[in-house]
Amino acid sequence: MHATGIGASVRRKEDQRFITGQGHYTDDINRPGQTHAYFLRSPHAHAKIKNIDSQEAASAPGVVAVLTGPQLATDKIGNLICGWMIHSKDGTPMKMAPHPALAVGKACHVGDAVAVIIAETLAQAKDASEKIKIDYEVLTAVVDPAKAQAKGAPQIHEIAADNTIYQWHLGDPKAAEAAFASAHHVTKIDLINNRLVPNALEPRAALAEYDSGTDQLTLWNTSQNPHVARLVIAAFVGMAPEHKLRVIAPDVGGGFGSKIFIYPEEVVCLWAARKVNRPVKWTSDRSEAFLTDAHGRDHVTHAEMAFSAEGRILGLRAKTVANLGAYMSTFSSSVPTYLYATLLSGQYDIPQIYCEVDAVYTNTVPVDAYRGAGRPEATFVVERLVEVGARELGLDPADLRKRNFIKSFPHQTPVIMAYDVGDYGATLKKAMDVADVKGFGKRRRESARHGKLRGLGYSAYIEACGIAPSQAVGSLGAGVGLWESAEVRVNPTGSVEVLTGSHAHGQGHETTFAQLVSERLGIPMDNISIVHGDTDKVQFGMGTYGSRSGAVGMSAIVKALDKVEAKAKKVAAYMLEAAEADIVFQDGKFTVAGTDKSAAFADVALNAYVAHKFTGAELEPGLKEGAFYDPTNFTFPAGCHICEVEVDPETGNTEVVAWTAVDDFGVLINPMIVEGQVHGGIAQGVGQALLEGAVYDANGQLLTGSFMDYCMPRAENFPTFRVETTETKCPSNPLGIKGCGEAGSIAAPVAVINAITDAIGSEDVIMPATPSSVWQTLQRIGGRKAA
Amino acid sequence: MAMTMSGEYQLAATPEAVWAKLNDPAVLKACIPGCDSLEVVGENEFLAVATNKIGPVKATFKGRVKLTDLDPPHGYKISGQGEGGVAGFAKGGASVKLAPKDGGTVLSYEVEAQIGGKLAQLGQRLVNGAAKKLADDFFVRFAAAVVAPAG
Repeated sequence: MHATGIGASVRRKEDQRFITGQGHYTDDINRPGQTHAYFLRSPHAHAKIKNIDSQEAASAPGVVAVLTGPQLATDKIGNLICGWMIHSKDGTPMKMAPHPALAVGKACHVGDAVAVIIAETLAQAKDASEKIKIDYEVLTAVVDPAKAQAKGAPQIHEIAADNTIYQWHLGDPKAAEAAFASAHHVTKIDLINNRLVPNALEPRAALAEYDSGTDQLTLWNTSQNPHVARLVIAAFVGMAPEHKLRVIAPDVGGGFGSKIFIYPEEVVCLWAARKVNRPVKWTSDRSEAFLTDAHGRDHVTHAEMAFSAEGRILGLRAKTVANLGAYMSTFSSSVPTYLYATLLSGQYDIPQIYCEVDAVYTNTVPVDAYRGAGRPEATFVVERLVEVGARELGLDPADLRKRNFIKSFPHQTPVIMAYDVGDYGATLKKAMDVADVKGFGKRRRESARHGKLRGLGYSAYIEACGIAPSQAVGSLGAGVGLWESAEVRVNPTGSVEVLTGSHAHGQGHETTFAQLVSERLGIPMDNISIVHGDTDKVQFGMGTYGSRSGAVGMSAIVKALDKVEAKAKKVAAYMLEAAEADIVFQDGKFTVAGTDKSAAFADVALNAYVAHKFTGAELEPGLKEGAFYDPTNFTFPAGCHICEVEVDPETGNTEVVAWTAVDDFGVLINPMIVEGQVHGGIAQGVGQALLEGAVYDANGQLLTGSFMDYCMPRAENFPTFRVETTETKCPSNPLGIKGCGEAGSIAAPVAVINAITDAIGSEDVIMPATPSSVWQTLQRIGGRKAA
Repeated sequence: MAMTMSGEYQLAATPEAVWAKLNDPAVLKACIPGCDSLEVVGENEFLAVATNKIGPVKATFKGRVKLTDLDPPHGYKISGQGEGGVAGFAKGGASVKLAPKDGGTVLSYEVEAQIGGKLAQLGQRLVNGAAKKLADDFFVRFAAAVVAPAG
């Protein structure tokens, strides 16, 4: 193995600048003459805006402008859009309500931006905001997705009767009905997948600048996909033609999905910058982030699984109400449909699956993709059903899983997906060995001696990553293609710049992508730069989410490298006076096969640019190639996580005491980075299971609106993770990789809940399983006698 | 979020004397913590401005306060809505009852209020405590005011 090639745990190149404060985040950027934006937000969840009096604010010290929603229409600034069309069962399109960047006539959630103040300083903007008088007529709010469709619930948007956005389904209801009719046993569960606040370390930010000389707008923002932001802001919002808008997403400190979307604030900054002809900057504070970053999850589900007498799964049915919040965020419609129901087969051979999903509006922050996006929700449904089913049937949960695993590939599920490859038995077996499941009984007795209830929970998850191919997602309603682009620029001195449409916001692309190039071209990592996040540098890109940067983004680089190598061979042939077919490229050297005649990569690069060895008629000078890569299938990372918990029956407190993760991510580029991704994912998943949950009161006030009340996981919440991998190579991309960014957060929540329910002997555990809720369940069931 | 609070104070004056002070804007202004102004804008209706700090949120509340169900000298209902700008809002009411006791008057009250915006987001754990303290501050001053000579 090459020391800095594929499979090497190379230290992250980017960390030096991140951990020494040398990163360049959006808020670090300042432009001459810059002004500051402050958004005045609705304190009411649902209110008519009868009047806005901003006269006094407009003349306050330092104020440059005060802008409100109705002025957007005057300036022909369009609404924000949701880019994935979902049709209801009856064929009607989803009910996308207008989403202006500043509220027009009505505020629909606490935090909805009602006005923006542009001032010389942020303090002046804030002071001026106090002088804006808004006459609200407060309306009744609805926050609970389960009540949004009820008779008498207040209707939030004119377009959506009963607050229903769509009533979608997947699968064959009659075939599922027949499967359930023939069942020996049916397991039924009701689940709530709790609403989460993303909380990236770096809050969102935007800085917009207008050049009146060239009529060019530039936006620096915290985006996971700057090209898509530019496309939407140009084509749908109508801010400026695409070629007159440059979007730069520099260093970005975490996204987890929440920075995929196009938000009101960046649109308003661009609009205001042109209006006042000065740069306009906005940086979210943490309180704003709680009220404006798209939240995650928030499903209410009833699910059933049908079993034969032999413990074979015959069918699965699920009915989900998904809360999309006050407006449809950029990709919100796809999350509870094609990213959710298509994964309800899990790792199992399930003949019939039928899923119904109602998406609803509520007076809450919009909900969209959050690490895992639909797949954690699906895994929660499948793995709770299997676990509860095993307990009801009196079967060992690992045995039940093994009995139903898909064993031959490719496998077509009843819910669209065609799994390409996998070995679920191998991941389960390895996980059971590493976790020492055999010794669990002894550990449980040991815990009991200390007055603790010990439980063990499995999660055999699968995900669909890459979020491609384009034709497939297009047929399912996506408004964009989901390929990726890359350009490899070889400089005359032999150093290389790779321009990628993927975006890095913590994933370590500057390292992993350079490892690929280092291995392919045989040049040191130091001679390679990875360039991303600027629409003026990279021609186009779809960005980073859905664990797609490796499987799709790196595959595009491979394709471009193939072209570079082919061209370089032609150059080398002229240099070495040999036939092109005789040139062999290995370890950074072009050699004439069977001879000792060779040229180093850097010499070939120089020759490509000086062009002294060939004529223009024979060969084009230069060494730069681009590629677009569209995969032929999703990738299907899968694995098995085993969680062990100790519950204190006196307090209800759950401690995660052991964690084993065995994942099949296909080929690993950098095992250290993969392990880091798994760690972070598990932490987020355990956060959802034990600590995190966004809580609204009945009036739509976010009660968990700060870190005082919204509990994020900390190192003390975790044991040392035992992380291992198995490998089946992904056949649909040239590197054989599957993606690892979301696995932990998909696998973890249900592993924890399966462990707690095992520990306390009751299935009645909600997320987050706080000490008080677990304690109350223990009181209701009279407490489990420690085994 | 909803907030409820109740309390009782023993005052060293007759219900009639307490009633008079409870309807005297100058006394109320002096007793309401952080009250910047209290302006009579109609019969039993005031415009109040008060600055208070609840946890991390400091805000100037402007609001209309109305007295209803007047039943001298037994009690009234006081209700209102205060806009604290970016800090959020508070609205609600209190029923105040007076009864003779031990030669003086026992004043009891029950508050029901809703708060929203930043106050609810950041201050909700502190709101009940802060409201109780504001009420205590008010009644300590009010208890002194009812025994002070008129004028």
